[in-house]
Amino acid sequence: MALSAKAKQAFLGPLNKNNPILVQVLGICSALAVTSKLEPALVMAIAVTIVTAFGNVIISLLRKTIPNRIRIIVQLVVVAALVTIVSEVLKAYAYDVNKQLSVFVGLIVTNCILMGRLEAFALGNGPWPSFLDGIGNGLGYGWILVTVGFFRELLGSGTLLGHRVIPQAFYNAGYENNGLMMLAPMALLLVSVIIWIHRSRNTDLQEGAN
Amino acid sequence: MDAISLIVRSIFVDNMIFAYFLGMCSFLAVSKNVKTAFGLGIAVTFVLVLTLPINYMLENYVLKAGALAWLGPQFAGVDLSVFSLLIFIAVIASFTQLVEMVVERFSPALYNSLGIFLPLIAVNCAILGGSLFMQQREFANVGMATAYGFGSGIGWMLAIVGMAAIREKLEYSHVPKPLKGLGITFIITALMAIGFMSFSGINI
Repeated sequence: MALSAKAKQAFLGPLNKNNPILVQVLGICSALAVTSKLEPALVMAIAVTIVTAFGNVIISLLRKTIPNRIRIIVQLVVVAALVTIVSEVLKAYAYDVNKQLSVFVGLIVTNCILMGRLEAFALGNGPWPSFLDGIGNGLGYGWILVTVGFFRELLGSGTLLGHRVIPQAFYNAGYENNGLMMLAPMALLLVSVIIWIHRSRNTDLQEGAN
Repeated sequence: MDAISLIVRSIFVDNMIFAYFLGMCSFLAVSKNVKTAFGLGIAVTFVLVLTLPINYMLENYVLKAGALAWLGPQFAGVDLSVFSLLIFIAVIASFTQLVEMVVERFSPALYNSLGIFLPLIAVNCAILGGSLFMQQREFANVGMATAYGFGSGIGWMLAIVGMAAIREKLEYSHVPKPLKGLGITFIITALMAIGFMSFSGINI
């Protein structure tokens, strides 16, 4: 199926130029807390992509019938219902990961990406572009999460997805895991490094006077 | 005594922003000057203090497994905890709307100074996070839940006001161009968080 230019923009924009985390500054909360290992980061990325995509579709279908004054409550209820489904599925099929994510699965509800995209996109567009926008934003959020999770797990515990990747010879030669990487603030520093690289390559995103 | 130590703990040790990164979005967006940051901090504390006891009651008398036992023995086996997320967020959203209306009616000055931040509180992760942590930690009574809400709110306010004060000074410093704005804010938050880590491990 050929994508129209607008749909393409809705899908590809969030991956780079309009990334939810790097540019729109949405959904930071959960991005930082779940990235100490790669696995929860992956699960979180998938969960958020699914919820954003379907939340966008549902709100976009309902957009003409929702009264303006109570739209936030309606949006929250739709999102909360979706998140409840996701969290029950996780509990059933990936109990350990669900435990690691603890309250952060529930906090997808207040993930600003969701509300931001629902407000900014789904309320003014049809279901199909909204779906693409949701997937795009979910993936844009996901790749940051996975990148941060990758480096934190690699440098912090020398493993990836629980498998040891740094050979024992390194440790014998005096290499040590960087315990600092496991601490939450390092996620912030890694994201800021990503922002740094991203903005040096896209100079139009740099902030001028401010 | 327990309540006071819980308040101190939730301000410094379990700080919403520096220990759990909750409420980051508004933390980054609104910390540009001290005055608005302070206003938002007050509003967040207010809503936390009001919603946590309500959600605590709902959790313990309606949602938890066996919580409906007071309705009669046939309800003792009912477990509604699947719906806790929906109920919590509905309470928070309707509460923020209510608070907004009340403030608008009785104190237009405060309403104007808070502006758009009031409705935004509904989607502040710190509020829902407070309710979810409350559910996870199973506090002994309503008083403890309220104390936790108060402490978390004050902790959040402390963080955002401190951040805003630093960012006001930052205007005059020379920051590499690609790091300006968002990037440097992240780094400062990370440094502040490392600072707050020195409180962890303290048992009060």
